[in-house]
Amino acid sequence: MEAVLFFMAAIGALGGAIGVVAMRNPFYSVLALIVHLFALAVLFLLLTSAFLAAAQVVVYAGAVMVLYIFVVAYVGGGGESAWEPIPGQRFFAPLLGIALFVELSIAVLSSALLALDTKGPEVGAGFGDPASIGLLLLEKFLVPFEVSSILLLLAAVGAIVLANRDRTGGTPSGHSAPEARPEGVPPVR
Amino acid sequence: MNIAWYIVLSSLLFATGAVGILIRRSPMVILLCLELMLNAGNLALIAFSRMVGNQEGQVFALVVMVVAACEVVVGLGLIVAIFRRKLPMNVDELRELRG
Repeated sequence: MEAVLFFMAAIGALGGAIGVVAMRNPFYSVLALIVHLFALAVLFLLLTSAFLAAAQVVVYAGAVMVLYIFVVAYVGGGGESAWEPIPGQRFFAPLLGIALFVELSIAVLSSALLALDTKGPEVGAGFGDPASIGLLLLEKFLVPFEVSSILLLLAAVGAIVLANRDRTGGTPSGHSAPEARPEGVPPVR
Repeated sequence: MNIAWYIVLSSLLFATGAVGILIRRSPMVILLCLELMLNAGNLALIAFSRMVGNQEGQVFALVVMVVAACEVVVGLGLIVAIFRRKLPMNVDELRELRG
């Protein structure tokens, strides 16, 4: 049963990943990534990390992907140009990817980690559930927890500054905005 | 399932994301492929945390999720800024910063 679930989730995750890479339209790429994230949540559940599976579904598939869909709808899809600055890029990149996969697999599987061929030790029912992760976060890892919350705040402020349109009145940090350029004219490169 | 299966799957997903970053041109899809790579790293972290029976790897994976969310927010802000300045949505043409 566990093997069946693992292979179904693995196929889902891999199919979603290939869909992200292969889809022409960015909107379909985002949808494929949502499939991928749900399959990964199933894999997290199989690894007895219930809290992370829930966080994956709520934070990623729920919040982050909605953000992506908003931006795709705002910016619009649009096909990519076929211009290639490096000749044969589309041919060599998959070869490089296969080489990377083989190399990573060799590096991990031939390591001295004997426990790789086991299912891991027996753990109690509380392994990875919200209570134990919360205790770890608030006791042992309190400083990283607070630092990551400050990082989130900084990212939110940074995104507002980056995507702000009307900077002609001067930005709050006092830098002079490029206001001499008329609207719609790309900057000189 | 043995932990090795999860690790192999994680490296396969990571390689897929890397290929996507190499062959796609749209900055949005490149961000999506970055998500793929970060999630592959998360899967490896959680598999190893299960392998040693220690939950601290899961806290690490949670921090990786936070960093990924920050990266998404800043990246999408950049994409919106690129769109508003009517620059091309192509990483091969946005190359002023290339050395």
